[in-house]
Amino acid sequence: MAENVATKVREIIAEQAMVEPCEVALDATLESLGVDSLGLVETVFAIEEAFDVHVPFNANDPESKSFDISSVASIVKAVEALIAEAK
Amino acid sequence: MARRVVITGMGAVSSLGMSARATMDGMAAGRSGISALKFQDVERLQIRIGGQIHGYNEAAHFSRQELSFYDRFTQFAVLAAREAVAQAGAGLAGPKSGVVLGTSGGGLQTQDENFRKVYEDGKNRVHPFVVPRLMNNAAASHLSMLHGITGPSYTVSTACASSNHAMGQAFHMIRAGMADTMLTGGSESMLCFGGIKAWEGLRVMSKTGCRPFSANRDGMVQGEGAAVFVFEALDVAQARGAEILAEVAGFAMTSDASDIVMPNQSGAERAMQGALNDAGLGPEDIGYINAHGTGTAGNDSTECAAIMEVFSGNPPPISSTKSMHGHLIGGTGAVELLACIMALREGILAPTINHDQPDPACSLNVVANVAQEAQPRATLSNAFAFGGLNAVLALRLAP
Repeated sequence: MAENVATKVREIIAEQAMVEPCEVALDATLESLGVDSLGLVETVFAIEEAFDVHVPFNANDPESKSFDISSVASIVKAVEALIAEAK
Repeated sequence: MARRVVITGMGAVSSLGMSARATMDGMAAGRSGISALKFQDVERLQIRIGGQIHGYNEAAHFSRQELSFYDRFTQFAVLAAREAVAQAGAGLAGPKSGVVLGTSGGGLQTQDENFRKVYEDGKNRVHPFVVPRLMNNAAASHLSMLHGITGPSYTVSTACASSNHAMGQAFHMIRAGMADTMLTGGSESMLCFGGIKAWEGLRVMSKTGCRPFSANRDGMVQGEGAAVFVFEALDVAQARGAEILAEVAGFAMTSDASDIVMPNQSGAERAMQGALNDAGLGPEDIGYINAHGTGTAGNDSTECAAIMEVFSGNPPPISSTKSMHGHLIGGTGAVELLACIMALREGILAPTINHDQPDPACSLNVVANVAQEAQPRATLSNAFAFGGLNAVLALRLAP
Protein backbone atom coordinates (compact mmCIF):
# COMPACT_ATOMS: atom_id res chain seq x y z
CA MET A 1 0.00 0.00 0.00
CA ALA A 2 2.78 2.43 1.00
CA GLU A 3 4.35 2.16 -2.42
CA ASN A 4 1.00 2.64 -4.10
CA VAL A 5 0.39 5.84 -2.17
CA ALA A 6 3.74 7.25 -3.23
CA THR A 7 3.14 6.25 -6.84
CA LYS A 8 -0.31 7.85 -6.92
CA VAL A 9 0.82 11.05 -5.16
CA ARG A 10 3.70 11.39 -7.65
CA GLU A 11 1.26 10.93 -10.54
CA ILE A 12 -0.99 13.64 -9.14
CA ILE A 13 1.87 16.09 -8.66
CA ALA A 14 3.30 15.21 -12.07
CA GLU A 15 0.02 16.16 -13.70
CA GLN A 16 0.06 19.57 -12.01
CA ALA A 17 3.74 20.08 -12.82
CA MET A 18 3.20 18.89 -16.39
CA VAL A 19 6.09 16.38 -16.19
CA GLU A 20 6.36 12.57 -16.21
CA PRO A 21 5.78 10.86 -12.82
CA CYS A 22 9.32 9.47 -12.94
CA GLU A 23 10.61 13.06 -12.91
CA VAL A 24 8.93 13.75 -9.56
CA ALA A 25 11.71 12.91 -7.08
CA LEU A 26 10.68 12.20 -3.49
CA ASP A 27 13.01 14.89 -2.19
CA ALA A 28 11.70 17.51 -4.64
CA THR A 29 9.64 20.49 -3.44
CA LEU A 30 6.48 21.64 -5.18
CA GLU A 31 8.17 24.94 -5.85
CA SER A 32 11.12 23.27 -7.58
CA LEU A 33 8.61 21.38 -9.74
CA GLY A 34 6.91 24.64 -10.68
CA VAL A 35 3.61 23.94 -8.87
CA ASP A 36 2.18 27.30 -7.76
CA SER A 37 -0.47 28.05 -5.12
CA LEU A 38 -3.38 27.24 -7.43
CA GLY A 39 -1.64 24.03 -8.53
CA LEU A 40 -1.28 23.18 -4.86
CA VAL A 41 -5.01 23.61 -4.22
CA GLU A 42 -5.73 21.36 -7.21
CA THR A 43 -3.20 18.82 -5.93
CA VAL A 44 -4.94 18.71 -2.56
CA PHE A 45 -8.29 18.24 -4.28
CA ALA A 46 -6.91 15.40 -6.44
CA ILE A 47 -5.45 13.68 -3.35
CA GLU A 48 -8.80 13.89 -1.56
CA GLU A 49 -10.58 12.40 -4.58
CA ALA A 50 -8.00 9.63 -5.09
CA PHE A 51 -7.77 8.45 -1.48
CA ASP A 52 -11.21 9.50 -0.17
CA VAL A 53 -9.72 11.50 2.70
CA HIS A 54 -10.14 15.06 3.93
CA VAL A 55 -6.86 17.00 3.74
CA PRO A 56 -6.61 19.67 6.46
CA PHE A 57 -5.08 22.30 4.21
CA ASN A 58 -5.80 26.06 4.38
CA ALA A 59 -4.22 28.19 1.66
CA ASN A 60 -3.93 31.03 4.17
CA ASP A 61 -1.49 28.98 6.20
CA PRO A 62 0.43 26.69 3.83
CA GLU A 63 3.29 26.27 6.33
CA SER A 64 0.94 24.68 8.86
CA LYS A 65 2.14 21.43 10.39
CA SER A 66 -1.32 19.88 10.00
CA PHE A 67 -0.43 18.86 6.43
CA ASP A 68 3.28 19.04 5.65
CA ILE A 69 3.84 20.06 2.03
CA SER A 70 7.56 20.81 2.31
CA SER A 71 8.51 17.97 -0.09
CA VAL A 72 6.98 15.18 -2.18
CA ALA A 73 8.07 12.70 0.52
CA SER A 74 6.42 14.73 3.28
CA ILE A 75 3.18 14.86 1.30
CA VAL A 76 3.27 11.08 0.80
CA LYS A 77 3.84 10.62 4.53
CA ALA A 78 0.99 12.98 5.41
CA VAL A 79 -1.37 11.18 3.01
CA GLU A 80 -0.42 7.80 4.51
CA ALA A 81 -1.21 9.17 7.95
CA LEU A 82 -4.62 10.42 6.75
CA ILE A 83 -5.42 7.02 5.23
CA ALA A 84 -4.43 5.27 8.47
CA GLU A 85 -6.59 7.74 10.43
CA ALA A 86 -9.57 7.13 8.18
CA LYS A 87 -9.44 3.36 8.79
CA MET B 1 -18.81 71.89 -14.91
CA ALA B 2 -19.61 68.30 -13.86
CA ARG B 3 -22.51 67.91 -11.47
CA ARG B 4 -21.75 67.05 -7.88
CA VAL B 5 -23.36 63.91 -6.41
CA VAL B 6 -24.60 63.37 -2.88
CA ILE B 7 -26.21 60.60 -0.82
CA THR B 8 -29.68 61.38 0.54
CA GLY B 9 -30.90 57.97 1.68
CA MET B 10 -29.53 54.69 2.95
CA GLY B 11 -30.96 51.33 3.87
CA ALA B 12 -29.51 47.95 4.79
CA VAL B 13 -30.09 44.46 6.04
CA SER B 14 -27.20 42.44 7.43
CA SER B 15 -26.36 39.98 10.16
CA LEU B 16 -25.73 43.04 12.35
CA GLY B 17 -29.30 44.32 12.00
CA MET B 18 -32.30 44.82 9.76
CA SER B 19 -31.74 48.51 8.93
CA ALA B 20 -28.90 50.90 8.14
CA ARG B 21 -29.15 52.26 11.68
CA ALA B 22 -29.02 48.81 13.28
CA THR B 23 -26.12 47.78 11.05
CA MET B 24 -24.13 50.93 11.92
CA ASP B 25 -24.96 50.50 15.62
CA GLY B 26 -23.61 46.96 15.41
CA MET B 27 -20.44 48.23 13.76
CA ALA B 28 -20.00 50.98 16.35
CA ALA B 29 -20.44 48.47 19.17
CA GLY B 30 -17.93 46.07 17.60
CA ARG B 31 -20.55 43.33 17.60
CA SER B 32 -20.01 40.07 15.72
CA GLY B 33 -22.72 38.94 13.33
CA ILE B 34 -20.88 35.68 12.62
CA SER B 35 -22.57 32.52 13.89
CA ALA B 36 -23.18 28.86 13.07
CA LEU B 37 -24.72 28.50 9.61
CA LYS B 38 -28.18 26.97 9.44
CA PHE B 39 -29.46 25.45 6.20
CA GLN B 40 -30.07 22.08 4.60
CA ASP B 41 -26.99 19.80 4.35
CA VAL B 42 -24.74 22.15 6.37
CA GLU B 43 -23.37 19.05 8.12
CA ARG B 44 -21.75 18.03 4.82
CA LEU B 45 -19.62 21.19 4.80
CA GLN B 46 -16.19 21.83 6.28
CA ILE B 47 -17.04 25.53 6.68
CA ARG B 48 -19.99 26.03 9.00
CA ILE B 49 -19.86 29.69 10.09
CA GLY B 50 -21.04 32.86 8.40
CA GLY B 51 -22.72 36.22 8.77
CA GLN B 52 -26.16 34.70 8.25
CA ILE B 53 -29.35 36.63 8.98
CA HIS B 54 -31.21 34.45 11.49
CA GLY B 55 -34.82 34.81 12.55
CA TYR B 56 -35.80 36.45 9.27
CA ASN B 57 -39.38 35.72 8.25
CA GLU B 58 -39.90 36.56 4.59
CA ALA B 59 -43.68 36.28 4.92
CA ALA B 60 -43.63 39.18 7.38
CA HIS B 61 -42.32 41.48 4.64
CA PHE B 62 -43.75 40.18 1.37
CA SER B 63 -46.94 38.71 -0.09
CA ARG B 64 -47.09 35.18 -1.44
CA GLN B 65 -47.22 36.53 -4.98
CA GLU B 66 -44.12 38.68 -4.41
CA LEU B 67 -42.23 35.79 -2.85
CA SER B 68 -42.82 33.65 -5.91
CA PHE B 69 -40.62 36.17 -7.77
CA TYR B 70 -38.18 37.24 -5.02
CA ASP B 71 -35.09 35.18 -4.31
CA ARG B 72 -33.56 36.00 -0.92
CA PHE B 73 -31.05 38.41 -2.55
CA THR B 74 -33.96 40.31 -4.15
CA GLN B 75 -35.84 40.43 -0.85
CA PHE B 76 -32.83 41.98 0.87
CA ALA B 77 -32.43 44.58 -1.89
CA VAL B 78 -36.12 45.50 -1.79
CA LEU B 79 -36.05 45.95 2.00
CA ALA B 80 -32.89 48.05 1.89
CA ALA B 81 -34.26 50.21 -0.93
CA ARG B 82 -37.55 50.71 0.88
CA GLU B 83 -35.66 52.18 3.84
CA ALA B 84 -33.36 54.32 1.68
CA VAL B 85 -36.22 55.78 -0.37
CA ALA B 86 -38.26 56.56 2.74
CA GLN B 87 -35.32 58.42 4.24
CA ALA B 88 -34.52 60.37 1.08
CA GLY B 89 -38.12 61.40 0.56
CA ALA B 90 -37.31 61.87 -3.12
CA GLY B 91 -39.77 61.13 -5.87
CA LEU B 92 -38.00 58.50 -7.95
CA ALA B 93 -40.70 57.80 -10.52
CA GLY B 94 -39.85 58.74 -14.07
CA PRO B 95 -37.08 58.67 -16.64
CA LYS B 96 -34.60 60.84 -14.70
CA SER B 97 -34.00 58.02 -12.21
CA GLY B 98 -32.22 54.68 -12.57
CA VAL B 99 -31.01 51.64 -10.64
CA VAL B 100 -27.53 50.09 -10.64
CA LEU B 101 -27.02 47.22 -8.24
CA GLY B 102 -24.11 44.87 -7.65
CA THR B 103 -24.40 41.14 -7.04
CA SER B 104 -22.17 38.19 -7.68
CA GLY B 105 -24.33 35.12 -7.06
CA GLY B 106 -27.70 36.66 -7.90
CA GLY B 107 -30.44 34.13 -7.26
CA LEU B 108 -28.03 31.40 -6.26
CA GLN B 109 -30.34 30.05 -3.57
CA THR B 110 -33.09 29.59 -6.15
CA GLN B 111 -30.64 27.67 -8.37
CA ASP B 112 -29.41 25.57 -5.48
CA GLU B 113 -32.94 24.69 -4.36
CA ASN B 114 -34.10 23.75 -7.84
CA PHE B 115 -30.96 21.83 -8.81
CA ARG B 116 -31.53 19.78 -5.66
CA LYS B 117 -35.10 19.10 -6.76
CA VAL B 118 -34.21 17.91 -10.24
CA TYR B 119 -30.88 16.16 -9.59
CA GLU B 120 -31.20 14.81 -6.07
CA ASP B 121 -34.92 14.41 -5.61
CA GLY B 122 -35.41 13.31 -9.22
CA LYS B 123 -38.27 15.71 -9.89
CA ASN B 124 -39.07 16.47 -13.47
CA ARG B 125 -40.72 19.81 -12.92
CA VAL B 126 -39.72 23.09 -11.24
CA HIS B 127 -41.69 26.19 -10.38
CA PRO B 128 -42.52 28.24 -13.50
CA PHE B 129 -40.78 31.38 -12.16
CA VAL B 130 -37.35 29.90 -11.50
CA VAL B 131 -35.74 31.95 -14.26
CA PRO B 132 -37.13 35.39 -13.32
CA ARG B 133 -36.26 34.56 -9.70
CA LEU B 134 -32.66 33.54 -10.25
CA MET B 135 -31.56 36.11 -12.83
CA ASN B 136 -28.85 38.50 -11.62
CA ASN B 137 -30.86 41.56 -12.65
CA ALA B 138 -33.99 40.49 -10.74
CA ALA B 139 -33.31 42.80 -7.80
CA ALA B 140 -32.58 45.84 -10.00
CA SER B 141 -35.69 45.15 -12.07
CA HIS B 142 -37.94 44.85 -9.04
CA LEU B 143 -36.58 48.13 -7.64
CA SER B 144 -37.38 49.86 -10.91
CA MET B 145 -40.93 48.45 -10.91
CA LEU B 146 -41.61 49.14 -7.22
CA HIS B 147 -40.47 52.75 -7.46
CA GLY B 148 -41.62 53.59 -10.98
CA ILE B 149 -38.07 54.18 -12.16
CA THR B 150 -38.00 54.33 -15.97
CA GLY B 151 -34.45 55.55 -16.67
CA PRO B 152 -31.33 53.35 -17.05
CA SER B 153 -31.25 50.26 -14.80
CA TYR B 154 -28.87 47.31 -14.75
CA THR B 155 -26.78 44.98 -12.65
CA VAL B 156 -23.01 44.89 -12.30
CA SER B 157 -21.27 41.63 -11.47
CA THR B 158 -17.60 41.85 -10.60
CA ALA B 159 -17.34 39.39 -7.71
CA CYS B 160 -16.25 41.14 -4.50
CA ALA B 161 -16.15 44.56 -6.17
CA SER B 162 -19.68 44.41 -7.64
CA SER B 163 -21.24 46.97 -5.28
CA ASN B 164 -18.40 49.44 -5.57
CA HIS B 165 -18.47 49.19 -9.34
CA ALA B 166 -22.26 49.64 -9.25
CA MET B 167 -22.10 52.71 -7.01
CA GLY B 168 -19.29 54.14 -9.13
CA GLN B 169 -21.48 53.74 -12.21
CA ALA B 170 -24.42 55.43 -10.48
CA PHE B 171 -22.11 58.29 -9.51
CA HIS B 172 -20.83 58.63 -13.06
CA MET B 173 -24.32 58.62 -14.54
CA ILE B 174 -25.50 61.49 -12.38
CA ARG B 175 -22.25 63.39 -12.88
CA ALA B 176 -22.62 63.00 -16.63
CA GLY B 177 -26.22 64.26 -16.58
CA MET B 178 -27.74 60.91 -17.61
CA ALA B 179 -29.86 60.81 -14.44
CA ASP B 180 -30.80 63.01 -11.48
CA THR B 181 -31.33 60.24 -8.96
CA MET B 182 -30.04 56.68 -8.72
CA LEU B 183 -30.84 53.77 -6.44
CA THR B 184 -27.56 51.94 -6.02
CA GLY B 185 -25.69 49.49 -3.83
CA GLY B 186 -25.70 45.72 -3.80
CA SER B 187 -27.16 42.52 -2.46
CA GLU B 188 -25.95 38.98 -1.90
CA SER B 189 -27.19 35.74 -0.41
CA MET B 190 -24.93 32.79 -1.14
CA LEU B 191 -25.28 31.09 2.21
CA CYS B 192 -26.61 27.76 1.01
CA PHE B 193 -25.05 24.33 0.54
CA GLY B 194 -23.92 24.81 -3.07
CA GLY B 195 -22.70 28.34 -2.45
CA ILE B 196 -20.43 27.45 0.45
CA LYS B 197 -19.39 24.10 -1.05
CA ALA B 198 -17.94 25.93 -4.05
CA TRP B 199 -16.11 28.43 -1.84
CA GLU B 200 -14.61 25.88 0.52
CA GLY B 201 -12.93 24.21 -2.44
CA LEU B 202 -10.68 27.23 -2.83
CA ARG B 203 -9.27 26.63 0.66
CA VAL B 204 -9.38 30.30 1.59
CA MET B 205 -12.26 30.16 4.10
CA SER B 206 -11.82 30.18 7.85
CA LYS B 207 -13.49 27.61 10.07
CA THR B 208 -13.07 29.76 13.15
CA GLY B 209 -13.64 33.48 12.43
CA CYS B 210 -12.73 36.53 10.38
CA ARG B 211 -9.61 38.23 11.76
CA PRO B 212 -8.43 40.84 9.23
CA PHE B 213 -4.88 42.19 9.68
CA SER B 214 -4.34 39.97 12.72
CA ALA B 215 -1.30 37.68 12.63
CA ASN B 216 -3.53 34.68 13.44
CA ARG B 217 -5.98 35.26 10.56
CA ASP B 218 -6.74 32.13 8.57
CA GLY B 219 -9.24 33.12 5.93
CA MET B 220 -12.49 34.77 5.00
CA VAL B 221 -15.98 34.26 6.37
CA GLN B 222 -19.01 34.88 4.17
CA GLY B 223 -21.98 37.05 5.04
CA GLU B 224 -25.28 37.95 3.42
CA GLY B 225 -27.47 41.02 3.14
CA ALA B 226 -27.78 44.23 1.18
CA ALA B 227 -27.34 47.97 1.32
CA VAL B 228 -29.01 50.43 -1.03
CA PHE B 229 -28.47 54.19 -1.27
CA VAL B 230 -30.16 57.11 -2.95
CA PHE B 231 -27.53 59.00 -4.94
CA GLU B 232 -28.77 62.39 -6.12
CA ALA B 233 -27.43 65.39 -8.00
CA LEU B 234 -26.44 68.04 -5.45
CA ASP B 235 -28.48 70.74 -7.20
CA VAL B 236 -31.60 68.56 -7.19
CA ALA B 237 -31.16 67.59 -3.53
CA GLN B 238 -30.61 71.21 -2.51
CA ALA B 239 -33.57 72.45 -4.52
CA ARG B 240 -35.91 70.15 -2.60
CA GLY B 241 -34.24 70.84 0.75
CA ALA B 242 -33.14 67.23 1.26
CA GLU B 243 -30.92 66.18 4.13
CA ILE B 244 -27.53 65.28 2.68
CA LEU B 245 -25.71 62.37 4.31
CA ALA B 246 -22.39 62.68 2.45
CA GLU B 247 -20.95 63.66 -0.90
CA VAL B 248 -19.68 61.05 -3.35
CA ALA B 249 -16.42 62.79 -4.14
CA GLY B 250 -14.57 60.41 -6.43
CA PHE B 251 -14.33 56.95 -7.89
CA ALA B 252 -11.73 54.91 -9.74
CA MET B 253 -11.44 51.40 -11.11
CA THR B 254 -8.43 49.45 -12.33
CA SER B 255 -7.60 45.93 -13.48
CA ASP B 256 -4.61 43.93 -12.27
CA ALA B 257 -4.21 41.99 -15.52
CA SER B 258 -2.15 39.46 -13.59
CA ASP B 259 -3.86 36.60 -11.73
CA ILE B 260 -7.42 35.27 -11.47
CA VAL B 261 -7.33 35.02 -7.67
CA MET B 262 -4.13 36.50 -6.22
CA PRO B 263 -4.33 40.27 -5.68
CA ASN B 264 -1.81 42.67 -7.11
CA GLN B 265 -0.38 45.61 -5.19
CA SER B 266 -0.09 47.93 -8.17
CA GLY B 267 -3.74 47.48 -9.17
CA ALA B 268 -4.88 48.36 -5.64
CA GLU B 269 -2.56 51.37 -5.46
CA ARG B 270 -3.69 52.74 -8.79
CA ALA B 271 -7.36 52.40 -7.77
CA MET B 272 -6.87 54.28 -4.49
CA GLN B 273 -4.73 56.96 -6.12
CA GLY B 274 -7.26 57.26 -8.94
CA ALA B 275 -10.14 57.81 -6.51
CA LEU B 276 -8.13 60.52 -4.73
CA ASN B 277 -7.31 62.21 -8.03
CA ASP B 278 -10.92 62.01 -9.20
CA ALA B 279 -12.09 63.60 -5.94
CA GLY B 280 -9.41 66.29 -6.04
CA LEU B 281 -8.18 65.07 -2.64
CA GLY B 282 -4.69 64.37 -1.35
CA PRO B 283 -3.75 61.44 0.92
CA GLU B 284 -3.63 63.88 3.87
CA ASP B 285 -7.34 64.67 3.39
CA ILE B 286 -8.45 61.08 4.06
CA GLY B 287 -9.36 60.46 7.69
CA TYR B 288 -10.55 56.86 7.46
CA ILE B 289 -10.22 53.90 5.10
CA ASN B 290 -12.70 51.06 5.02
CA ALA B 291 -10.39 48.33 3.80
CA HIS B 292 -11.26 45.37 1.64
CA GLY B 293 -9.65 43.40 4.51
CA THR B 294 -10.93 39.88 3.85
CA GLY B 295 -8.81 38.17 6.48
CA THR B 296 -6.98 36.04 3.93
CA ALA B 297 -3.20 35.83 3.85
CA GLY B 298 -3.11 37.13 0.28
CA ASN B 299 -5.42 40.12 0.44
CA ASP B 300 -4.47 41.72 3.72
CA SER B 301 -0.70 41.93 3.29
CA THR B 302 -1.03 43.13 -0.32
CA GLU B 303 -3.67 45.73 0.56
CA CYS B 304 -1.57 47.00 3.45
CA ALA B 305 1.51 47.36 1.25
CA ALA B 306 -0.58 49.27 -1.30
CA ILE B 307 -1.99 51.61 1.36
CA MET B 308 1.49 52.28 2.77
CA GLU B 309 2.65 53.26 -0.71
CA VAL B 310 -0.29 55.56 -1.53
CA PHE B 311 -0.16 57.19 1.91
CA SER B 312 3.66 57.45 1.94
CA GLY B 313 4.00 55.36 5.09
CA ASN B 314 1.55 57.49 7.08
CA PRO B 315 -1.92 56.02 6.56
CA PRO B 316 -5.07 57.22 8.35
CA PRO B 317 -7.05 54.89 10.65
CA ILE B 318 -8.27 51.81 8.79
CA SER B 319 -10.69 49.01 9.56
CA SER B 320 -12.30 45.99 7.99
CA THR B 321 -15.91 45.67 9.09
CA LYS B 322 -15.97 42.22 7.42
CA SER B 323 -14.75 41.03 10.80
CA MET B 324 -18.31 41.73 12.03
CA HIS B 325 -20.73 41.18 9.11
CA GLY B 326 -18.63 38.80 7.05
CA HIS B 327 -17.80 39.12 3.37
CA LEU B 328 -21.00 39.87 1.45
CA ILE B 329 -19.16 39.28 -1.87
CA GLY B 330 -21.21 41.26 -4.43
CA GLY B 331 -23.00 43.22 -1.69
CA THR B 332 -20.03 43.92 0.50
CA GLY B 333 -18.96 47.37 -0.73
CA ALA B 334 -22.49 48.69 -0.19
CA VAL B 335 -22.74 47.55 3.44
CA GLU B 336 -19.21 48.81 4.05
CA LEU B 337 -20.05 52.26 2.68
CA LEU B 338 -22.21 52.63 5.81
CA ALA B 339 -19.01 52.62 7.88
CA CYS B 340 -17.71 55.56 5.83
CA ILE B 341 -20.98 57.48 6.21
CA MET B 342 -20.97 56.80 9.96
CA ALA B 343 -17.38 58.07 10.20
CA LEU B 344 -18.23 61.29 8.37
CA ARG B 345 -21.60 62.03 10.00
CA GLU B 346 -21.16 60.70 13.48
CA GLY B 347 -17.41 60.81 14.03
CA ILE B 348 -17.28 57.08 14.83
CA LEU B 349 -14.68 54.85 13.21
CA ALA B 350 -15.94 51.25 13.12
CA PRO B 351 -13.43 48.74 14.49
CA THR B 352 -11.79 45.63 13.11
CA ILE B 353 -12.84 43.07 15.68
CA ASN B 354 -10.90 39.85 16.40
CA HIS B 355 -7.67 41.80 16.07
CA ASP B 356 -5.74 39.51 18.39
CA GLN B 357 -2.12 39.87 17.32
CA PRO B 358 -0.44 42.63 15.31
CA ASP B 359 1.10 41.35 12.07
CA PRO B 360 4.32 43.01 10.87
CA ALA B 361 3.04 42.49 7.29
CA CYS B 362 -0.02 44.62 8.16
CA SER B 363 1.51 47.36 10.29
CA LEU B 364 -1.19 49.90 9.58
CA ASN B 365 -3.10 52.22 11.84
CA VAL B 366 -5.78 49.55 12.47
CA VAL B 367 -8.83 50.57 14.51
CA ALA B 368 -8.51 47.45 16.65
CA ASN B 369 -11.45 45.82 18.44
CA VAL B 370 -13.21 48.96 19.70
CA ALA B 371 -14.55 51.95 17.77
CA GLN B 372 -12.64 55.23 17.86
CA GLU B 373 -13.84 58.81 17.76
CA ALA B 374 -12.46 61.02 15.00
CA GLN B 375 -13.66 63.75 12.67
CA PRO B 376 -12.65 62.64 9.18
CA ARG B 377 -13.46 65.07 6.37
CA ALA B 378 -13.14 62.39 3.70
CA THR B 379 -12.94 58.60 3.50
CA LEU B 380 -12.01 55.81 1.08
CA SER B 381 -13.78 52.47 0.65
CA ASN B 382 -11.80 49.70 -1.05
CA ALA B 383 -13.01 46.67 -2.99
CA PHE B 384 -10.59 44.33 -4.75
CA ALA B 385 -12.24 41.43 -6.57
CA PHE B 386 -11.19 37.99 -7.71
CA GLY B 387 -10.24 38.46 -11.32
CA GLY B 388 -8.13 41.46 -10.37
CA LEU B 389 -10.87 44.08 -10.73
CA ASN B 390 -10.54 46.96 -8.27
CA ALA B 391 -12.99 49.74 -7.39
CA VAL B 392 -12.47 52.49 -4.82
CA LEU B 393 -14.97 55.16 -3.74
CA ALA B 394 -14.10 58.43 -2.00
CA LEU B 395 -16.72 60.16 0.15
CA ARG B 396 -16.56 63.65 1.61
CA LEU B 397 -18.53 65.50 4.30
CA ALA B 398 -21.87 66.82 3.10
CA PRO B 399 -21.38 70.26 1.52
